[in-house]
Amino acid sequence: MHVPDGFLNAPVSVATGVVAASAVAVSLRGARRELNERTAPLAGLVAAFVFAVQMLNFPVAAGTSGHLLGGTLAAVLVGPCTGVLCMAVVLLMQGLLFADGGLTALGTNVTLMGVVTVVVGYGLFRVLLGVLPGGRRAVSVATFVSALVSVPVAAIGFTGLYALGGTEDVSLGRVFTAMVGVHLLIGIGEAVITTVTVGAVLAVRPDLVRGASAAVRRPLEIRGGAVPGPRPEPAEPAAPAAAPAGPAPARSLRPVWLSGLAVAVVLAAFVSFYASAEPDGLNRVANDEGISAAERESDVADSPLADYGVRDVDNERLSTGLAGAAGVAVTLGLGSAVFFAVRRRRPTDGPTRAVQAGHEGAAASAGGHA
Amino acid sequence: MPDHGGHAQRLYRPGDTPVHRLPAHCKLIAVFSFVLIAVATPREAVWAFGLYAALLAGVAALARLPAGFVLRRMLIEVPFVAFALLLPFIAEGEQVRVLGLSLSESGLWGAWNILAKGTLGVAASVLLAATTELRAVLLGLQRLRLPPLLVQIASFMLRYADVISDELRRMRIARESRGFRARGPAQWGVLAKTAGALFIRAYERGERVHLAMLSRGYAGTMPVIDHLTASRAQWAGAVALPAAALAVCVLGWSL
Amino acid sequence: MSTTDEREPGGRSEDAGPRGGGQAPLSLEVAGLAFAYPDGHQALFGVDLSVPRGERVALLGPNGAGKTTLVLHLNGILTAGAGSVRVGGLPVAKDTLAEIRRRVGLVFQDPDDQLFMPTVREDVAFGPANAGVRGAALEARVTRALERVGMAGFADRPPHHLSFGQRRRVAVATVLAMDPEILVLDEPSANLDPAARRELAEILLSLDLTVLMVTHDLPYALELCPRSVILSEGVIAADGPTAELLADEDLLRRHRLELPFGFDPRAARR
Repeated sequence: MHVPDGFLNAPVSVATGVVAASAVAVSLRGARRELNERTAPLAGLVAAFVFAVQMLNFPVAAGTSGHLLGGTLAAVLVGPCTGVLCMAVVLLMQGLLFADGGLTALGTNVTLMGVVTVVVGYGLFRVLLGVLPGGRRAVSVATFVSALVSVPVAAIGFTGLYALGGTEDVSLGRVFTAMVGVHLLIGIGEAVITTVTVGAVLAVRPDLVRGASAAVRRPLEIRGGAVPGPRPEPAEPAAPAAAPAGPAPARSLRPVWLSGLAVAVVLAAFVSFYASAEPDGLNRVANDEGISAAERESDVADSPLADYGVRDVDNERLSTGLAGAAGVAVTLGLGSAVFFAVRRRRPTDGPTRAVQAGHEGAAASAGGHA
Repeated sequence: MPDHGGHAQRLYRPGDTPVHRLPAHCKLIAVFSFVLIAVATPREAVWAFGLYAALLAGVAALARLPAGFVLRRMLIEVPFVAFALLLPFIAEGEQVRVLGLSLSESGLWGAWNILAKGTLGVAASVLLAATTELRAVLLGLQRLRLPPLLVQIASFMLRYADVISDELRRMRIARESRGFRARGPAQWGVLAKTAGALFIRAYERGERVHLAMLSRGYAGTMPVIDHLTASRAQWAGAVALPAAALAVCVLGWSL
Repeated sequence: MSTTDEREPGGRSEDAGPRGGGQAPLSLEVAGLAFAYPDGHQALFGVDLSVPRGERVALLGPNGAGKTTLVLHLNGILTAGAGSVRVGGLPVAKDTLAEIRRRVGLVFQDPDDQLFMPTVREDVAFGPANAGVRGAALEARVTRALERVGMAGFADRPPHHLSFGQRRRVAVATVLAMDPEILVLDEPSANLDPAARRELAEILLSLDLTVLMVTHDLPYALELCPRSVILSEGVIAADGPTAELLADEDLLRRHRLELPFGFDPRAARR
């Protein structure tokens, strides 16, 4: 989904750049709550992991490939704000070092793959956790569903941006069907990888999964340590020392609002899945129908941007539903970013010190053990 | 001992050329402005993109980067080339006949637009990564006022990229020495479980490194030991590329 | 904050806290320390340990006894659930962390975890640079620390090109450069060949520092540390002269400690 340079026009690139920059600014502020000195490297690891995961290219449908996004994984493991930062860092480094995604499209890429996936994935995850009965299975189910949904929603977001600022006049319906169809499949892969990863971490190091942090704090036991000789007899238990994990915070209206949107998005995902049972996507067009497709399409007038109708889907009801869901998804992504941006003050950038950052060398070097 | 630095290091091609010696933040600025200018050029000015390519080729020659190396690194672009090649077939609007095929004229322009601008962007990034060490890129970003938290995440990320590839290699050896081969979707389950285990192994290894850093007073930012400043001449050298590109761009708009 | 006054190199000021009790001031005081990990697993159940300045103490114990957990409390990486830790009289707390981490020089078991900069020089400079030392003073610190471990000629080499034993010595230098109050070593002899093991022992004996050494290597403890404590199941189970503890076969067996085949602690010492 990495958008290259020159793919979207300048106004959309600038607008998404502003959205991405404000989301990052808000997240920088929020991340201070999520990160402490022990979880800072976890953010780096999550970024590296997302980086690796994005390199797994799925061959989907004939000829194209898509890749996992990783936004939900990041948000569940390190929290939404840090998740956005991780995604932004990944996309920046990909653009700079691997030439993956255009530098002028950085804002677009961060918005779609960072902000939208994190906001949708994490929002849905919290809602599902609230609804489902507790336990590890609930975390797995919530993770699976939110990862599954977040990917096609990002694809819908992509289609929306394309509708607003695509530099090529390909019919919106084609872009939509191709993108969402492909990304539904990718969503399944994303859901599996995310669930397994979160599950594995939850089993071994539950303290590392931020989205499910409800660790049981037991009072500490003090045993009398005697100086000469062993003394296994347990002594009086001490008072609980650690701060107990607070009860679930009171639910505000926001989860309700989010859950409504989430349901819409889930519906959109499933509906468009059936819609793409007759995929008329980019590849099919070129491979099967070739030139005739272009001729046939050529007499279909270009629809105005506001008319979101998905023309390649025959069923009118589905078409309308998809259009609505696309609108919902875009609103969800952008609206939430704005919502958060407005609610909190924009952070003022602290003075940055120039710093010698260098330590890739020996960290990974050989011969590890233990 | 395995190769050090992992895959990420292979992006960099050591050398001692004027391009290598430029401070990273100058190069970052140069690359960003160059790409911005290239994208802002009207697609009808075909000759302008030729000149941009020539400029980049000049930089590559100055940095003594072999053409094969640069071209191989640019293969990352292939998915978009595929998309661009499809465009003339599926885009709408006026049709033209080329070699007996009916192609969309706007699709052809669109394909050219994506190919030209995308390729220039990719090439510029490849040149940057090939002539700048990773730590220098991070330092450059920090000098350009990227928030410290982002730089910190980025530096941990690059470190972990190495740890992950290292752990992945060990786990693959362990798997294959017990007769496992990834041959298709049937083995995806095993690979997915690998991903989970990989995460924990990489984390715990990286955590030890981080604890060791904390133990020596690390508090989120790397201490500056040698101050890196750019001289006027270095800035002039770095700005030469986008300045030339800007001239081409202005010409492209005015012609 | 008065801690800034106590930053003088060498730190021999009388800041050892009120509980020196007329004897040598204490480098390390651990009292009633208990800790449970976030997953609920409790590792320490009330540890008491005092180490006077200049003493070398071995911390012995089977795997899983809580040795590493205890060590991570000494410089505040883990925060005590109950009880307290003081280093040179200064309590470990959030606002004293920077100074505590300068005072406690922690050498990790795997030198690859500790060395991460591109050259030995930069790695050794990392700690003091974090403490704000710059320029010629920093250079002098680095040189001196490397001299103390016999690695002065290796300053510009990448750490991962050194042998394992050399890397461990550089790891020791990285914390010596911070002028610590107490040197804490986690399994210093692990994975060393006999020559490297002996060289490291000579270096440790030559340092005029308080040392706490976590180890399974009982002969190494006997050679380097006059006093030993046994940590078992999260409490201090024994504390005394190393030679006496190692001679108590019953005690060792109860705590899953074993001397190497044919090693007689009574014969080994003079």
